[in-house]
Amino acid sequence: MIAFLIKRLFHALLVMFVISVIAFAIQDNLGDPIQQMVGQSVPESERETLREELGLNDPFAVQYLRFAAKAVQFDFGYSYVFNEPTTEVILRHLPATLELVAASTFLIIALSIPIGVYSAIKPRAWLSRVFMGVSIIGISIPVFLTAIVLIQLFAIGVSWSPFPADTGWGAWLNGLLTTDGGMPAYGRGDPVPVIGTWETNFASLEGLTYLVLPAISLASIMLPLFIRLIRAEMLEVLQSDYVKFARAKGISPRRIYFLHALKNTMLPVITVGGVQIGTLVAYTILTETVFQWPGMGLMFLDAIERSDIPLIVTYLMIVGLIFVITNTLVDLIYGLVNPTVKLTGKPA
Amino acid sequence: MTIKKTLLASVIGAAMTTAAIAPFAQAENHLRMAYDADPVSLDIHEQLSGGILQLSHMTFDPLVRWTRDLAFEPRLATAWEQVDDTTMRMSLREGVEFHSGNAFTAEDVVWTVERLKRSPDFKAIFEPIASVTAVDEHTVEFTTEKPYPLLPNLATYIFPMDRQFYSGTDADGDPKDEIVKNGNSYASRHLSGTGPFEVTERQQGVRIAFERNADYWDEGSPGNVDSIVLTPISENATRVAALLSGDVDFVAPVPPNDLERIRKDEDTQLVTMSGTRIILFHMNQERVEAFQDPRVRQAFAYAINQQGIADRLMKGFATPAAQFSPAGYAGHVDGLEPRYDLEKAKQLMVEAGYADGFAITMMAPNNRYVNDARIAQAVAAMLARINVTVDLKTLPKAQYWGEYDDRVADMMMIGWHADTEDSANFHEYLTQCPDADSGAGQYNAGNYCNPELDALVAEANLEVDLEKRAEMLQRVERTLHEEAAFIPLHWQDLAWASADRVDIAPVLNVMNFPYLGDLVIAEE
Repeated sequence: MIAFLIKRLFHALLVMFVISVIAFAIQDNLGDPIQQMVGQSVPESERETLREELGLNDPFAVQYLRFAAKAVQFDFGYSYVFNEPTTEVILRHLPATLELVAASTFLIIALSIPIGVYSAIKPRAWLSRVFMGVSIIGISIPVFLTAIVLIQLFAIGVSWSPFPADTGWGAWLNGLLTTDGGMPAYGRGDPVPVIGTWETNFASLEGLTYLVLPAISLASIMLPLFIRLIRAEMLEVLQSDYVKFARAKGISPRRIYFLHALKNTMLPVITVGGVQIGTLVAYTILTETVFQWPGMGLMFLDAIERSDIPLIVTYLMIVGLIFVITNTLVDLIYGLVNPTVKLTGKPA
Repeated sequence: MTIKKTLLASVIGAAMTTAAIAPFAQAENHLRMAYDADPVSLDIHEQLSGGILQLSHMTFDPLVRWTRDLAFEPRLATAWEQVDDTTMRMSLREGVEFHSGNAFTAEDVVWTVERLKRSPDFKAIFEPIASVTAVDEHTVEFTTEKPYPLLPNLATYIFPMDRQFYSGTDADGDPKDEIVKNGNSYASRHLSGTGPFEVTERQQGVRIAFERNADYWDEGSPGNVDSIVLTPISENATRVAALLSGDVDFVAPVPPNDLERIRKDEDTQLVTMSGTRIILFHMNQERVEAFQDPRVRQAFAYAINQQGIADRLMKGFATPAAQFSPAGYAGHVDGLEPRYDLEKAKQLMVEAGYADGFAITMMAPNNRYVNDARIAQAVAAMLARINVTVDLKTLPKAQYWGEYDDRVADMMMIGWHADTEDSANFHEYLTQCPDADSGAGQYNAGNYCNPELDALVAEANLEVDLEKRAEMLQRVERTLHEEAAFIPLHWQDLAWASADRVDIAPVLNVMNFPYLGDLVIAEE
């Protein structure tokens, strides 16, 4: 176990090292940070002075070594835009992203398991067909569009009255096609401070209303995937011999479905889920941009637009770290769920 | 007895007034606004950009400011007179206090101008000022090396800062007045001006909150906004959605694609204005020999349909241009119209010996100006009609400007707004003979060079008689037009939108510095 963790630690360091080298290597293509710092009419001589001050004229190796020497002491440099250490900037934006990802994960788990299991148990029911149809649509619509549509429907509101409003049925149908809006369209509102830079949206009902639309649109990418995955796994498990045997033995269907079958269904789901949580963090870039959610994704996009190289490099390294950590956790949980798996790959 | 009665009456009176004031105080006028970006710093000398100038107008006051029709309006300077050709004397407003409580005096103006002359971004435009002296507590004198007609224009950039507040050293031992581009400086986090609003909270990239300065000097201002929260929303669609859903009361800029949507909405209003930022293409004479022939450049100018771009691509959100200067500027020539004529263009190409055309490269940004990449595509398509094959590449602005500085393509797009709101500025940066040492023609990616025009502009910059000066600048515009030194496309329009009860129209102007101190929100 400890050997496994140490191995993973080296993994993480290696990943962060590789990412930092790549990020540094492409920085020339990320644009000129000086352009973003000065006004258009600033003469070239002033720009050159600033470039020299920031050490941007040094060769790649010199710049990288200077960065690496500080990075091993956990000093990742100063953000050009925020004028603060990059780690502080990221730490301040991290809670917003984590809350968004947590809310989406909750939605995904709470919805995908019942829906997946239901459509596996009753594959021919009309409701199952509806779920499958909707999930196909869900997979194919880009998160960007989902977000805009959600804003239009629930923040701005839509009124559409193709039916005669003076008849009872017409008014009722029109009512179905009309939404009031009223949900917040952007940002976090006034989150409640917890500790340090951590402010939470979970503490008040008002805070939660800000979280709803972004969480739904972020969940919309993964939810259909998980519904289909759980359904497929469950269908397979239900065909297996031990389920047939359990049925023959007369165990109640409830017990078979939710105790015996579900447990084995969840094995591959956990593996995929762990990897996907990392992807979810990546997808927050889109969701956060549309909803102006002040998290890491929005910050990263801003950093790219303003060529804030130190911040870009630090962000990429931290995301790499998040991927390694989630994968490690998945492996640990996997070991708990399925004792036949040996973490170190050696006979225990 | 009478004393008791009076006492009683005054107590009741007082109670009634508080009762009357209380609900009024609750009905505070709060403005929630969203721009596409928030100011990068609280230090107004750190960067010369629209965002910083918008912040300056909220939290500071300039000596003079532009009115909507580009005249000067006294603010902290109450009067100014030209003492002789190189000296201007300005009287300053008395009884003005900074947010910190310090009194505003001539020393603050002197200190501010000296700091501007140290700022990498501002020092170039303040170059002409040789010295500033405080004559007495409320009078300053500006002297210039040579006669300089644009001093009042410069005064719109002088937002006196609180000298005492920014003097001394901060907790780290750094001077408080230090201008730091990359790093933490006292001035980038603390602010004390004379303006209508004070900054109460700032979280960069998330929000910045303002509270009305209770002791604001301008009692004549109709402004009734008590507090403001500015949220940056960079995504166009979200910014518009936030307005339509009532989450914010004022947004800018409004993307052209959403203009109709806001016009149709019953609860919001839209204000548009012809802007002053010229969008143009340079034709690089150093890279392409053909561009050295004025006939070829003219042919290009004739081949491009500015009106078509403004109508179809920009949906009317642009004013087609045939010169640098928008109407209202000294150098603007009335009647200089875009000259779209395809036949004429073809004929000129034949005359120049390029009937079969040639191939060029073109580059444009894709997220800097409104519809920039699509405009470039349209121009490329129009040039195909005179047999010019265009290899077009569009880039995000972060990458584009580096390529622009290296002049990597034969035709490059640029948009320019004259910091001085003056015609000479266009020529100095965009069409003057390029000289790396003096910085002249810094953005002249066409390499157009006409020493006669340079001399004319230099002369105009010494001409204190504004009418004569305007005539000279108009001559420059006409020559540039005749020689087709570059291809002007249009002046990009400006658009703002707000909830109906927020009366934004009177405080807006072409510089895009909304004078929010004067903003009126209708009581509900």
